[in-house]
Amino acid sequence: MADTHLDSPKADAGIDLTQFYQVFFEEAGENLDRLEQLLLAIDLVTADDEVLNSIFRCAHSVKGGAATFGFGDVAQLTHQMETLLDKLRRHELEPTAAMVDVLLQAGDALRAQLLRHQGGGAAPACDTEDLQSALRSLADGQPAPASARPAQPATPQAVASPVPAAAPARAPGNEARGLELRVGPLEQPEQAESLADLFKEIADLGSFEPLDGGQDADGVRRFKVVTTSSDADLLELFSFHVAPDKLSLMPLGPGYGFHEGAPGAPESTEAEPEFGFFEGAPGAPGAASVASAASAPVAAAAGEAGGVAPVTPQRSAAAKPSAAAADASTLRVSVEKVDQLINLVGELVITQAMLAQTSSKLDAAVFQQMAAGLADLQRNTRDLQESVMSIRMIPMSVVFNRFPRMLRDLAAKLAKKVEFVTQGDSTELDKGLVEKITDPLTHLVRNSCDHGIELPAERLARGKSETGTITLAASHQGGSIVIEVRDDGKGLSRRKLLDKAREKGIDAPETLSDSEVWSLIFAPGFSTAEVVTDVSGRGVGMDVVKRNITGLGGTVEIESCEGFGMSVKVRLPLTLAIMDSMSVGIARETYILPLSSVVQSFSQSEQQMMTIGGSQGQVVRVRDEYLPVIDLEQVFEVPRNGALAPPSILVVVESGGMRMALRVDELLGQQQVVVKNLEANYCKVDFVSGATILGDGRVALILDVDSLVRRSRH
Amino acid sequence: MHSILAVDDSASMRQMVTFTLKSAGFAVVEAEDGEQAFAKAQAQNFDLVLTDQNMPRLDGIGLTRKLREHPAFKSTPILILTTESSESMKQAGRAAGATGWLVKPFDPAKLVEVIRKVVR
Repeated sequence: MADTHLDSPKADAGIDLTQFYQVFFEEAGENLDRLEQLLLAIDLVTADDEVLNSIFRCAHSVKGGAATFGFGDVAQLTHQMETLLDKLRRHELEPTAAMVDVLLQAGDALRAQLLRHQGGGAAPACDTEDLQSALRSLADGQPAPASARPAQPATPQAVASPVPAAAPARAPGNEARGLELRVGPLEQPEQAESLADLFKEIADLGSFEPLDGGQDADGVRRFKVVTTSSDADLLELFSFHVAPDKLSLMPLGPGYGFHEGAPGAPESTEAEPEFGFFEGAPGAPGAASVASAASAPVAAAAGEAGGVAPVTPQRSAAAKPSAAAADASTLRVSVEKVDQLINLVGELVITQAMLAQTSSKLDAAVFQQMAAGLADLQRNTRDLQESVMSIRMIPMSVVFNRFPRMLRDLAAKLAKKVEFVTQGDSTELDKGLVEKITDPLTHLVRNSCDHGIELPAERLARGKSETGTITLAASHQGGSIVIEVRDDGKGLSRRKLLDKAREKGIDAPETLSDSEVWSLIFAPGFSTAEVVTDVSGRGVGMDVVKRNITGLGGTVEIESCEGFGMSVKVRLPLTLAIMDSMSVGIARETYILPLSSVVQSFSQSEQQMMTIGGSQGQVVRVRDEYLPVIDLEQVFEVPRNGALAPPSILVVVESGGMRMALRVDELLGQQQVVVKNLEANYCKVDFVSGATILGDGRVALILDVDSLVRRSRH
Repeated sequence: MHSILAVDDSASMRQMVTFTLKSAGFAVVEAEDGEQAFAKAQAQNFDLVLTDQNMPRLDGIGLTRKLREHPAFKSTPILILTTESSESMKQAGRAAGATGWLVKPFDPAKLVEVIRKVVR
């Protein structure tokens, strides 16, 4: 991270700034997210001061932190953004779509820069020169150069590029100011001297003199620059000689001052001349004081006009309540710590279940107090478990917030008009699930935009409004969370899907129900787009989406109405760590079935059983439907040790719309179990998705119903 | 022990300032914006207020103005941190009753040095 250390103001006070980096990265990330949200939501015509100020503040905050912690490139780019945003909030410029585009791109570039610093600066630096000049020209009231391409990793810095002939344009009204320039660390500190030549060759640039007597400190040289050019222009000019990430500009001199006579200010006897006291201050150095006096009223007026952000105690009513901004008193804790807590609580739940089981054999009349204590323990354990689990819950808005930007870009690319609506942003979901559901949801939303929403002309021809709507809604339903991706586009075509399926060699009779036809799109290799686009991928998507969701213990349902749109509903368990389950016994073993997949259970009677395909396959007739029967005893080769098989019980389970019956010896009960990963602790076992610890301390395997169902179909 | 009210909407800056000042032997109370700072100032007196300028809800200059109206803060040193070292910003700070200003970015050492000039 060499370049991030060079200009970090470290050392003297013995403060190691690296300890604050992580907080800064997180905070900068939040600011950039907010910046993006605000930019996407901005109404160019009626943008109010509060919105413009908030946008400005996001860039401003990132800049302040980046400068303090020594991320020069980030500070430089945010500085350019800030200049433009400052003019916008002062209403010196009106916001345009082009500005939003460039600012969004700059946001992306900042993310890349931050990521690079976070990774220790190993990745190639981002070249943001085009973006910066685009921002500069926008801030100057000119259109951005057409080629404002996104930031790209820099090509190696040319050291001996031709020197521009003229000094950077003098910003109107700029007065000469002193700056401290730090260069390095460089392998050859002499290289910095080439900057001095610039000041000799270019008239009007200003003066340049070493502050360090020509001696580098750890390869870093310090110079005093007096100039009228802006920081950005200077850095641009210097970067012809020295890599931009080795350069940093900072205010010269003390960088602070006291107002003479202000409460608490040090007495004038100890004032140091370079502080620059203000107009009218007794004993202030003459020249500086006069200059200040002359400019003071104007400057103060400018300050009144817009320099000071108006105090706006209320958020505009239109602004969405943002979870991020909601509660100030939060605590940042690493996920590891929370997970450890959850693990421990899991153990506690097991211990409690164990005690409950043991005590159930005791005489309640004799051990009355202990029974009461155990009941309390059970209640407290459950409350504790719920509280701890809720720590991992994060609002769906975290996922939803990434879509407006994506859809905006996508709709523009496809020349479609799309409005994005979210519902239930504050619905909470386990952090682990949130991370895993993001990709599948992204795919579904992209699909809606690409295949669902029609082109504006086509929509008008169908009597719809020009702008399509994609809705992303999250809600709690029972023990699950349902996330729905809905669009008012053209919907699925039964005819097309059936034709396509047959073309692909999939057996698709006309008798299939609508929902069965819709689920054809989940078949591997199936894509309904006539032309493969770079948007929705190459038809590898939907089956992967389905598989990922199923892997999370979730289900996908499609509803569609041709010509009016479709909806994909993703149903997920609230958390991955705890599951409602049914336990079943086979010989002396106990197995766990996810309760969500259990449909019904009944005692087996021979009349219902039929054997097909020789002696291997058995089916059972349930409500006029023949279901394959799987004998768990055979699948897991459970030893009976000579014991006679009791009359069997069949449990009908469902997965992915398909049902089958499992033959077990007995039903043991329903309970919540703490899911433990088997692969992480042992290895992958066929037909088993995990394990849990029972109340009596034994380990029980959790059955993977999905793979069992698939097996039954082969 | 001298107590300092450190106001900044940026968590990383707050953390850095607090750490620096605590290492230098000050007691520090943090606030995330002017409104929160003002509320905390109602409950406790401070030997110095160090505030960022650009913050949501109530900015540094607004906070300074409000504090100066409060009898307990008539003569408490108030320093404004700002990335804008412009003359107009300094004047606005002065008009609001601020004691002084410090330009961001700054060294932790510089921060302690400046504060020691007004609090000892």
